[in-house]
Amino acid sequence: MSNATFEPRLVGFLCNWCSYTGADLAGTARMTYAPNVRIIRVMCSGRVDPQFVLKAFKEGADGVLISGCHLGDCHYKEGNYKALRRYKLLSKMLEQFGIEKERFRLEWVSAAEGIKFQQVCNEFTEQVRKMGPLNLSPNGGQHE
Amino acid sequence: MINLTIDGKKIEVEDGKTILQAAAKNDIRIPTLCYHPVLEPYAACRICVVEVGLRGKTDLLTACNTKAQEGMEVQTRSKRALGARRMNVEMLLARAPAAEPIQKLAKELGIEKTRFAVKDPNEKCILCGLCVRACEQIVGASAISFVERGTERKVTPPFGEPSEACIGCTACAYFCPTGAITYEDKYGRKVIHEELHLGPTTAIRVPIRQAVPMVPFIDTDACIHFKTGECKVCAKVCDREAVNYDAQDEVIEVEAGTIILASGFKSFDAKRIPAYGYGRFPNVISALDFERLVNASGPTGGKIKLADGSEPTAVGIVHCVGSRDENYNEYCSRVCCMYALKFAHLIHEKAHADVYNFYIDLRCFGKGYEEFYHRLLKEGTKFIRGRVSDISDMALTKHEEGKLIIRVEDTLLGMVRRIPVDMVILATGLEPGLDQNQLAKIFNISCSQDTFFLERHPKLAPMSTFSDGIFLAGTCQAPRDIPDTVAQAGGAAAEALALADKGTFALEPVTAEINKDLCSGCQVCVGLCPFTAIVYEKDEGHSEINDALCKGCGTCVAACPSGAAQQKHFRDAQIFAEIEGIFLV
Amino acid sequence: MSNAKPKVAFYWCASCGGCEESIVDLAEDILKVVAAVDIVFWPVALDFKKKDVEAMPDGSIAVSFINGAIRLSEQEEMVKMLRRKSGLVVAHGSCAHMGGIPGLGNFWNKETIFRRAYHTTPSTDNPDKVVPLEKTVYDGKELTLPSFFDTVYSLDQVIDVDYYLPGCAPPRDLILNAVTAILEGKLPPKGSVLSPNKSECDTCDRNKTKPEKLSIKEIKRTWEIILDPEKCFLAQGVICMGPATRDGCGHRCINGNMPCRGCFGPTDQVYDQGAKFLSALASILDTNDEKEMDRIVQSIVDPAGTFYRFSLPKSLLGRKRMETIK
Repeated sequence: MSNATFEPRLVGFLCNWCSYTGADLAGTARMTYAPNVRIIRVMCSGRVDPQFVLKAFKEGADGVLISGCHLGDCHYKEGNYKALRRYKLLSKMLEQFGIEKERFRLEWVSAAEGIKFQQVCNEFTEQVRKMGPLNLSPNGGQHE
Repeated sequence: MINLTIDGKKIEVEDGKTILQAAAKNDIRIPTLCYHPVLEPYAACRICVVEVGLRGKTDLLTACNTKAQEGMEVQTRSKRALGARRMNVEMLLARAPAAEPIQKLAKELGIEKTRFAVKDPNEKCILCGLCVRACEQIVGASAISFVERGTERKVTPPFGEPSEACIGCTACAYFCPTGAITYEDKYGRKVIHEELHLGPTTAIRVPIRQAVPMVPFIDTDACIHFKTGECKVCAKVCDREAVNYDAQDEVIEVEAGTIILASGFKSFDAKRIPAYGYGRFPNVISALDFERLVNASGPTGGKIKLADGSEPTAVGIVHCVGSRDENYNEYCSRVCCMYALKFAHLIHEKAHADVYNFYIDLRCFGKGYEEFYHRLLKEGTKFIRGRVSDISDMALTKHEEGKLIIRVEDTLLGMVRRIPVDMVILATGLEPGLDQNQLAKIFNISCSQDTFFLERHPKLAPMSTFSDGIFLAGTCQAPRDIPDTVAQAGGAAAEALALADKGTFALEPVTAEINKDLCSGCQVCVGLCPFTAIVYEKDEGHSEINDALCKGCGTCVAACPSGAAQQKHFRDAQIFAEIEGIFLV
Repeated sequence: MSNAKPKVAFYWCASCGGCEESIVDLAEDILKVVAAVDIVFWPVALDFKKKDVEAMPDGSIAVSFINGAIRLSEQEEMVKMLRRKSGLVVAHGSCAHMGGIPGLGNFWNKETIFRRAYHTTPSTDNPDKVVPLEKTVYDGKELTLPSFFDTVYSLDQVIDVDYYLPGCAPPRDLILNAVTAILEGKLPPKGSVLSPNKSECDTCDRNKTKPEKLSIKEIKRTWEIILDPEKCFLAQGVICMGPATRDGCGHRCINGNMPCRGCFGPTDQVYDQGAKFLSALASILDTNDEKEMDRIVQSIVDPAGTFYRFSLPKSLLGRKRMETIK
């Protein structure tokens, strides 16, 4: 598949209070952005279990986005700091699995930042589009 | 008690009072120039001279510094007293012929012309020493004093140079009875509007006319007492002894079940748009300045006046100052169009001036608002559609001279116009409060992009926030006018009351739970909970989550290394199913 | 040997032999086992041939204990055959259960492993760059070798598995319990892991030494500090997989003053042992400062190898992305 026609499949885990609301704002404000990020709402970016990220990659995601409130603005005080710590360790580990850092992204998007959400989606889509499909073993490691 | 007679009237006064005080208490007027109740008497002007008879002997004495004594017979208007007073006034008239109080007194005493040599016909200082005493006794600065003797005597700072001891309080000018002392600001401007002080007036004042409670406060930044430790005039004159210089700010802790945030807005600072000349041209004023000016209990009694005290013949009102402008605030402040129209109406009513409204769009969206706009059209208000580029005093033609010139592109005529006016009112917009972000953090709520507080839902929950029990009212959430604010505040109050009345609030059903049959008690989760909802039950060997404390963030669930913790409605299995679902299409 | 006795088979695939040893380690208890069952296939201990198994009717073996991961075509062939011949298949030990240590080979592929093993190791003397070939003609005769897969598989990724006996190697008690349960027919639901479904902290003596708030400022490797023989390893800053590893091992490592490495695999509720442990570990890092986080993360030298030491093939990702292996 040529990268020009390749449509990356991206999964976004968005916190309920900031980023999901920010995405909502982008929607209600009728901002157009790449539809490639498919959103899963969680209450807090701190709820994002690294298992979810791996599962998304395993199921066919070419990139995974985690998005939460800006540091210091977490609805639950510091869930986003936990997300940040996990993100750092996980992205290091993903590289060992041959999944580039650029395919796994953490962004702080506040409830007011519909525009930022739009930018993040567009940028991330273009970035992953350039990188091409992830092509994990199609049967998820199961022996044929 | 001391008994004496003044002008034949029997009078009883307390021991230690002066003749002047005794007379004043009994409504007997003794003219005086150098006396002031909060200053030590000085007997410099000698206008208060009276004829005093005591123990068979009569004498001419100054009433201001002569103590009343038992058996005194005082005559304030005897031939001898009046003669002496006339002589003194005549001499003062020669010294300070331009001093209005002297001229008035001379007239009262039948003096038409002084027989003495006039040194300077413009002199106003009568050497009463009120300024010197005020500077010494009230301010404690002693920045000015008398120098020289005889006809050369004058009041001056040391060596006639600006004194470092001077704190710029202008008390000397305040006490000067003849206007001999004046002051200017650092730009050399005279005080704007003799009677119109749009800024803070005195250091002790009632904050605004409509203040509740109607109690004065001391502005410690401006108060002389807080600069020098002296003055205390307000305490001296307050019979009720209500003035307290030791009062401190207090932190009061109040336990509350619900909180309504109504922290309001900040008015856009028109100085941020230098081209409009606010702060440079005295007749360019902001909307709040105009409100003060037009207020019936304001400094001009509601009369619309220019800085020089005259009435304007043309007034320009510039809309959208700081609003609908990418350089400042993109949003519409909602209230300016209507208050600007109100201003136009008031100007028509009170000043009979031409009124120009410079607008981008007129947003008269409320009940009766459009009708009001039509009324203004009939009243003859001129509406010019276009954003004002700048305001200057640079006249190009004769009829622009001495005017403020508003330059604007009239988008309906398709040309740039120059409109000369006397006064410009800037319809300044509404901005979020200065500490909005800090407040948001304290109350664990969010701000929208423009830093107004973010409501839970723009349509369905406009007064709720993402924090239970915290509600919003008024302009802290978005610019809005009074009717809208009242409506929202009513709604917020109702929500707060409903919650307070119920006494309980519903928890989000998304709390986390630990399956004790699966939990090994590893305690990874315990320290992660920001609400200390997780407790390790040592005896039972597993951890437990307190449902009432858990807010449902799920961070413990993500961290639980054995999967014993799960979040209701956000179980691992549910989210895995979601991820699988995403890739089905 | 009476024909009424149930028939049992033992087989090994990609494994170190430790699991075979674990059977032998039953010591005199093995006599009880032997008394109760008929061992019909056990290449390590007894002389059976492939054809002997082939000759057995399908389903005639009551239970096959298979240890080791699947790395070669021969192993695949054998386990598929055993599956046909057996009523029950038990994945015996970490390698069969989750891929085990051989499963770490999934960070490479056949080519890179061969290059390393036959060319670049310091002890290799192979000037002709010879590597094993599946077919070789020598002296006019064709010799064959099983093919070597790019990916290592756990047993259940190749055949249907009924039960799992975890551990590297499974401890004697678990084996005996399993055998007893099978003999007595008191079997848990199919697919069960035959050890308690809680993590190790449940029975760990060191759990009570945990501080009120478990947090780590500095990650230490075991050789960097003198390990306290009683204190929780995590509280000492040493990576211990215990919280993310199921119980039942008897704490052999921990009693030897070494932290848990995770051979028992995750509990049933967990999809991916490594990810779960990573999440727990990152969560208890005691800093909100980004630079400090980077520093600590940097100090974890090989997160994937550490967290997936025994479970890589069974993890969600299973292996390293093929196209990135050089």
